Amino acid sequence: MELIDQHTKKIMEGCKERARDAGLRFDNESLEYIVTNRDMLELSPKVMIPTLYDYWVQDVEVLKEKGRYELYPGNPYETVINTRPAISFYNDNNPDWLNVMIFYHVLAHIDFFQNNTFFRHTWDFDLTGRALADKRLIAKLRSEKGRWVDYVIEFSRGIDNLVGYFDELSQLHRPSRASCSQRLDYYFDVFLQQVKKVKTSQYVKEIDRFNESRRKFGELGEQTFFVDTATKYPEFEALFEKSRRTAKGRKRDLLQFLMDHSEFLNKEENQWMKTVMEIVRKTSIYFQPQIRTKIMNEGWASYWHEKLYMQDERIRGHEIEFARAHAKVTALPRVGMNPYALGMRLFYFIEETADKGMLSYDFERLHDIRKREKYDRNVGTGMKTIFDLRENLCDFMFVNSFVNQDFVDKNKLFVADKRMNQTRMTWEFYVKSRKAEDYRQMLLDSLYHPPCIDIDEESSAGKTLKLNHRFEGKPLVTEYIANTMLGIEFLWGGPVQLETSEVEAAAPSEVNSGAAAFWSTPMPAAPEPPKELKWRRVLYEMKDRQLSRVIVTPFTPSAT
Amino acid sequence: MNPRLKALFDSIKAQGVSPERERRLLQELYSGNDHGLIPPPANPLRRLDDAFAKLYGSGDLCAMQKMEAGQGSYTTSIRSLDELLERDNRREQDGFPRKIRVGRMIKPGRGGDDQVVVVPTTVEEKLMHDPTFQPPEKGDSTGGSGDGDEGEVIGEQPVRPEPGEGTGEGGEGEGGAHEVESSAYDLGRILSEKFQLPNLKEKGKKRSLTRYTYDLTDKNRGFGQVLDKKATLRSVLKTNIALGNIPDFNDVDTTRLLISPNDKVYRVLSKEKDYESQAMVFFLRDYSGSMDGKPTDIVVTQHVLIYSWLLFQYEKQVETRFILHDTEAREVPDFYSYYNSKVAGGTKVAAAYQLVNKIVDKENLAEDYNIYVFHGTDGDDWDSSGKEAIPELEKMLKYTSRTGVTIAERVGSMGNAGNTEVQRYLNQSGLLEAHPDLIRLDVMGEDAGEPRIIEGIKTLIS
Repeated sequence: MELIDQHTKKIMEGCKERARDAGLRFDNESLEYIVTNRDMLELSPKVMIPTLYDYWVQDVEVLKEKGRYELYPGNPYETVINTRPAISFYNDNNPDWLNVMIFYHVLAHIDFFQNNTFFRHTWDFDLTGRALADKRLIAKLRSEKGRWVDYVIEFSRGIDNLVGYFDELSQLHRPSRASCSQRLDYYFDVFLQQVKKVKTSQYVKEIDRFNESRRKFGELGEQTFFVDTATKYPEFEALFEKSRRTAKGRKRDLLQFLMDHSEFLNKEENQWMKTVMEIVRKTSIYFQPQIRTKIMNEGWASYWHEKLYMQDERIRGHEIEFARAHAKVTALPRVGMNPYALGMRLFYFIEETADKGMLSYDFERLHDIRKREKYDRNVGTGMKTIFDLRENLCDFMFVNSFVNQDFVDKNKLFVADKRMNQTRMTWEFYVKSRKAEDYRQMLLDSLYHPPCIDIDEESSAGKTLKLNHRFEGKPLVTEYIANTMLGIEFLWGGPVQLETSEVEAAAPSEVNSGAAAFWSTPMPAAPEPPKELKWRRVLYEMKDRQLSRVIVTPFTPSAT
Repeated sequence: MNPRLKALFDSIKAQGVSPERERRLLQELYSGNDHGLIPPPANPLRRLDDAFAKLYGSGDLCAMQKMEAGQGSYTTSIRSLDELLERDNRREQDGFPRKIRVGRMIKPGRGGDDQVVVVPTTVEEKLMHDPTFQPPEKGDSTGGSGDGDEGEVIGEQPVRPEPGEGTGEGGEGEGGAHEVESSAYDLGRILSEKFQLPNLKEKGKKRSLTRYTYDLTDKNRGFGQVLDKKATLRSVLKTNIALGNIPDFNDVDTTRLLISPNDKVYRVLSKEKDYESQAMVFFLRDYSGSMDGKPTDIVVTQHVLIYSWLLFQYEKQVETRFILHDTEAREVPDFYSYYNSKVAGGTKVAAAYQLVNKIVDKENLAEDYNIYVFHGTDGDDWDSSGKEAIPELEKMLKYTSRTGVTIAERVGSMGNAGNTEVQRYLNQSGLLEAHPDLIRLDVMGEDAGEPRIIEGIKTLIS
């Protein structure tokens, strides 16, 4: 890897100036490297972080037929990585005009990394530096402990999708403690809403009551308020005390939990394993926001490379080439999804609607379609709005809040599906729905979402670790359970139980439908009535490296 | 359509067939494919599947700069397949399950005669939602854009890949960087050692590979056991011509010749290694139309593995013959064409057995070789009762050391597993029970994975 030459660097600096003028904010320094295909060989298994620790699996082809992105959220095709300074990679035969476009794209990414609050935990240090230190540490451990280091890496990576990313983030974003008492927080945030489930009117009344007592008694207001409360809800104090005892642990972070509570790991001679686990955990948390902002990040970058390049005088003479390259990246596919295209259009759409003042209560209340079409208050807050969004949203919020019928209609979007044509032996792709809610749901369903696995903390006292997979309408990949649990058992040093949900009947025939259909009658068979899925809870136990499976109870899904 | 095939079909039909069977026969009859070699895949990424791309499939480098994300080649950091498997073996000793698989995409390379391409693969398991799982009412939907009313069909794609689009090469092209040419011999050694495939030596079946003959074939100047007069005379003449000692070629005066000691050529008694090829392996593959896709993959993968294993067992003294058959059998010269021929046509197992018998008979192979026959099929046979195949098979069993039949059944093809024609008539013939040491049958589903394939080899050769 070598740095780009001075000529190209000068182009980059020119882009930086113009991008800054347009309002993007990013650090002054950046590093640009030329990469060859050979470099790519080494970089991509390490998710483009040149200094990432070595692990033998990176050198073998990894089968990913099941859930490539669920298993490997880091993207090996990224051009720019979120380091300090940001590092970006270039093909050495890019023409200058293309480099300008890519530079703008890269700068917008850097702006996103350095301003979006979901990346907050990555702002204060340089990943490449830390990764290098980690890499050396692992190399040193390997020379002492041999292959056992690789086992610990393997087992930790097996659960590195179960890290408390949001816990980590929320600690950084938490306002200072002093402002509000915990008792008050618990009363209004948990007790009234989750324990008592009071109506909104009642909730508002309680707020009024609190404000009233603050006004009357000043400093002593809170105290008086809770004395009154005790007459109304005598159980409150006891519940509050209980919540204070239990609320501490980080419930979703299995890796952290094992490090804190595993007797095996906390033995003197096994302490080094925790170092390795911490490296795996930190690395995983580092990449979490990346995959959770794919649509936004690519959309933002595409929005800016288009906008900035169009204003740039260096485009002259390359308009057509740019148009071609740009279209290749941001064209909406006939069937399929393109995060660049989708994100960019959504940003443009939001900018336009905000400019017209459509992101307002008044507009929401308007039902006359003509008036809606012509609505234009000319408030001109579009640019500010999208800058705010790039700071505060992630993909889920972005899609969930802004993919509406207007957007879907404007871009002629639809939900596509495929079905088999028995006579022609083809998959037919067809328009399934043009409703915004369907499209939005389809998008949300395809977003990255690791399973939610709770740790039953009570059990940490006992020998057996109990895990509970919360049901969200999908089973776990069964083949993977054994080896993952084997790893957890190793790290925990005792038996591990996992409760999860499985479908009772055989899995839907989809997987083999192609082959089966080839041999079934060529006449169009009557479409099967959609089978009702029967879910049941299953308990896996890994004990002494043996996996057993017990059906706990048939159950009906309460929520999806 | 092949008229001979049609005639055959008609004769079968005249004897009466069930409608379901007739339909299958017709399918093969009318498939219209031929047995060309599969062209190397042009660009596997260009399939329509990719139009169905998911959100996270793209990245800047490939979208904007057309760079491929390579995968590290283990040859850079891990020196050999051996080392990788050594690690895997250790895992087992440490009490963890093995993680490396070698079988995927094993295929013979085009150039070298015994080079095979091996791709070691692995999986990193995690607790994650099954992405292939879809509640029945939801289906496998994705995004789209453009015109078209709800319900309107906007495009279609064949359910099975077009011929030549993937079948037969045993995997997709993605892992290009990971392929490693290994000699089949090495692979055989790995198979024997790491997967505990049975070892012929231990069974005492293996005869001596080399024998020595003593012969006066080596020549030596100056001294030795027997003077080679003719060679000596020639050498003497040469020397004298060089010296200008022979003025007239028509009248050589032998008494004037000078004889240097170095001109004397002797024959010496020497030990000669006489290599004897000990094993002759016939690989038979059904390449009829019904073998499309998975069954072919399974059969050829297994055959490469068996070939490698035998190569190791017989210390490379293995000769191989490759026979492809549909309703007729033909011999192909090398593994490459054996591996890459496309499927088409009907099925008659007897034709292949017949050809083997003919070759063995004509070349008188039975005397000099341990003969192995491995046959891979999906179990379809137009000759459903085996009345032609069984007699040929019986004849074959008289000289073979082992005949192994692999049936890669279509899952759900016949409704009930274990009921393919070949399997049925083999079972009925009683040959399996009568000669368990000579003939083995292994039946697996077409979705069998690599461990199952290796397990199958154990069944066939143990």
